[in-house]
Amino acid sequence: MRLELKGLTKKFGSFTADDDIDLTVEPGQIHAVLGENGAGKSTLMNMLYGILKPTSGEILIDDEPVAFSGPGDAIAAGIGMVHQHFKLVGPFSVADNVQLGREHTRGAGVLSARAARRAVLDVSEQYGLRLDPDAICEDLPVGVQQRVEIVKALSGPRTELLILDEPTAVLTPAEIGELLDIMRSLAEAGTSILFISHKLKEVQAVADTVTVIRRGKVVAELEPTASETEMASAMVGREVSLTVDKTPAEPGEPSLEISGLTVVGETGVKVLDGLDLTVRAGEIVGLAGVEGNGQTELARAVLGLIRPDAGTIAVDGRRVDRDSPAQRIERGLGYIPEDRARDGLINEFTVAENIVLNQYRDRPFAKGGVIDAAAIRRRAEESIAEFDIRTQGPAEPASSLSGGNQQKVVIAREFSRPRRLLVAAQPTRGVDVGATEFIHSRLVTERDTGTGVLLISSELDEIYALADRIAVIYNGRIVGEVGPDTPREVIGRLMVGAEPDGAETEAADSAAVADFDAESPAAPDTATTDDDANGGDRDH
Amino acid sequence: MTTETATPTPEPPEAGERPDKRPPFMVLFGRYLTEANSVMVTVYSLLLAFLIGAILLIVSDETVRGTWSYFFSRPTDALEASWQVVSNSYRALFEGAILNFNTIDRMAAGTAEIGDLLRPISQTLTYATPLIFTGLAVGLAFRAGLFNIGAQGQMIFGMIGALIVGFSLNLPAILHLPLAVLAGAVAGAAFGAVPGVLKATTGAHEVISSIMLNNIAGLFLVWAIGTSFMHSETRSELVTKPVEDSASLPLLLGFVDDGLRVNLALLIGVAAAVFVWWLLSKSTFGYRIRAVGFNEHASSTAGMNIGRTYVTTMSVAGGLAGLAGAALTLGVGSGGITTNTALEYGFDGITVALLGRANPGGIIAAALLFGALKAGALDAQPDVPVDMSTLLQATIVLFIAAPALVKAILRLRAPRGGLVTLEAKGW
Repeated sequence: MRLELKGLTKKFGSFTADDDIDLTVEPGQIHAVLGENGAGKSTLMNMLYGILKPTSGEILIDDEPVAFSGPGDAIAAGIGMVHQHFKLVGPFSVADNVQLGREHTRGAGVLSARAARRAVLDVSEQYGLRLDPDAICEDLPVGVQQRVEIVKALSGPRTELLILDEPTAVLTPAEIGELLDIMRSLAEAGTSILFISHKLKEVQAVADTVTVIRRGKVVAELEPTASETEMASAMVGREVSLTVDKTPAEPGEPSLEISGLTVVGETGVKVLDGLDLTVRAGEIVGLAGVEGNGQTELARAVLGLIRPDAGTIAVDGRRVDRDSPAQRIERGLGYIPEDRARDGLINEFTVAENIVLNQYRDRPFAKGGVIDAAAIRRRAEESIAEFDIRTQGPAEPASSLSGGNQQKVVIAREFSRPRRLLVAAQPTRGVDVGATEFIHSRLVTERDTGTGVLLISSELDEIYALADRIAVIYNGRIVGEVGPDTPREVIGRLMVGAEPDGAETEAADSAAVADFDAESPAAPDTATTDDDANGGDRDH
Repeated sequence: MTTETATPTPEPPEAGERPDKRPPFMVLFGRYLTEANSVMVTVYSLLLAFLIGAILLIVSDETVRGTWSYFFSRPTDALEASWQVVSNSYRALFEGAILNFNTIDRMAAGTAEIGDLLRPISQTLTYATPLIFTGLAVGLAFRAGLFNIGAQGQMIFGMIGALIVGFSLNLPAILHLPLAVLAGAVAGAAFGAVPGVLKATTGAHEVISSIMLNNIAGLFLVWAIGTSFMHSETRSELVTKPVEDSASLPLLLGFVDDGLRVNLALLIGVAAAVFVWWLLSKSTFGYRIRAVGFNEHASSTAGMNIGRTYVTTMSVAGGLAGLAGAALTLGVGSGGITTNTALEYGFDGITVALLGRANPGGIIAAALLFGALKAGALDAQPDVPVDMSTLLQATIVLFIAAPALVKAILRLRAPRGGLVTLEAKGW
């Protein structure tokens, strides 16, 4: 299918979300749309999928103008969409989810389970997407759930164009690698793909053409061979430096000492297994590893949200094992949680209230149990200025901010009080390029003022950019501590539990690691099941 | 839990520059009226409920139904009769709850006094008083993300606590009354803490445990009234000893007419509402309640103790419900309490909190409305079915809880930020 957008514009009142967008997707092409959060990507896709009506401009499919009054029209015209947040019925089987809305029947409303299974198998065979039609969706790892979404989108009457909206945001590096492979083979089979993303590496890896959108306008058409800096600059609209300037670290006394830390998960598996790790004042220790190898539990144990089953944690030379999270925070522990929406912010609270979320009882924000709203507001105004938080004011709800600015609120909260140790888990996840640059430089400033920083990140790029020392976690244990100049291949092998110089790891794995930060087929089992357990927790 | 949009602006939040000139006030006001924001949904819910009430009044009246059977030959008969029954009923409700016009005439004729004129208002306020407390008890817990179904049980324990202090001590009123009121609050708080503790320590859902505790409290009351310690010494039926005069709540309008039952508890209720408002918006405790109610994960990550917040919130909520019990016990005069004293004030508190959207001011307004409905319906018997007040209450809450329904019926515009629904977390 050839898709062409001509002068597509969408206005909300006086605000123009998309302004005169021209874009052409050739048959069998992977066309990436790159842009920061709030650039107008999602609005564009929603117009394409019939969810929103364009204010002006037209959509042409195979040179015929079309007008969609709802997703049903778009699906009938051959467009399938995989949303950023999955739309699956958890307790249903894969086959039931795929046939949702167009059920296979034996007539008279009697469902035909066999036809539904057959249909799933047909599609998965045709496109090489392995799926068990009888598996229950909520039990599947996130990456496989996404595959269900893709199969669902491809099962339309004649899907020839697939829209993928930020499809990698929720995936582990291994799953990202798999997804990109799937995209390539779909394109080879003739399906056109519109790939929405703000991750430069992925775009470089799969796209045939790149359209960059900024503030609702097409600002550049690039070849995928364009450099990351080039793409980032086009997205942000100014020169962006993807490397972080920093001087060599001057490590001092240990600010975090963990020894023999063991945490047994709900299923009886040791998620942390005698972990030892030391972070000194004035250094950034990067914790590399495939997600689901105990990073989440480690961070939560340091904060005190999980009681370890064995081992000790000392902050600044003082045992904190018996301290509550509040006491540890008071003692100078800063914490940037990996899941911002769940653990970092209260959406309904104002920006100001969020900035003092872990200091609301301290002077000057409260005296004798009474909140001093003026003092909180003053702090918020200072933080908004210092951390360049883009908001209409401290009284705006946090939910009105973009992802990057929400993360700045979290950062401002942790950086505006005296602290000795900072645990930063995935500090730039879901954050756009401009804000990432800012957060990285703040982390380095933080280190330079003598704070110990434990940086937990699933993106090797980030670890390389910031860490003075790299520790690799695998199966709840530190399997290696290496210098910042260690080659990717070595760390990649450590991350999947192989010997650093081991020859048994296949070349393909190191290639995948080099491209997408971390994975080989050796580890995904533990990785995905742990991920799943965490996902399940969130609903309670 | 609730987000409100004060002024309707069409731009999405990210709109950078907005036009300087605003539309004229009347245009904005008109837009506001036709928008499904939380205030207008409440107003329209009331109107729709009274409309449905009117239809039911027409349908349930035999004579009126008769006139409808020959509607096509003489439609005026049916319309007239319908209008008569509806307007008479609602007029009777109004006269029983707020102001009786006949009394004015009778006063002019010298057969009634100012006390008779104030009686409907006094009745409304009397019925509203316990609802203020139980509404606050449910509303406060709501803000912490807890659905406190247990206000009924907490209120019953408040009744028992206030009663025991009220009849067993012999003190001057200046000490006795505050002590009895306090005993009600403490007993309610203790009972309210139970579902909080169960949730914090075992994860038991507060809805389930507090429903069960309501039953326990109700049956405990039946047993307690029968014990020799509490049972009336002079009467044989199930009634307790009366509260000493020194522990009785003074009548507010006793100087006008000692038949006007509204008492000091009303002012305590208003003070409690002010206290809850202050607690939620100005205190660190209220900040914690709201934080936990919105997002317990982020709250615990910020160092807050979630379990302790549940327990303290439920205690304060229970204390508020306990005050409702104290108000009932210490306000009944010399009678003592029976198994009927509690009525359903605790359960009605849930609907009051919903209608008031868990805001103290809204809860007072909702309690007054429900108090008026109750007073009106009781006074208007037998002209108006007594179930009318329950029916109107239920319909109002039904619409409030389903803003999309109101929006669809009246074809209102969607407000910026979406429809406002009130919901407890954890369902």
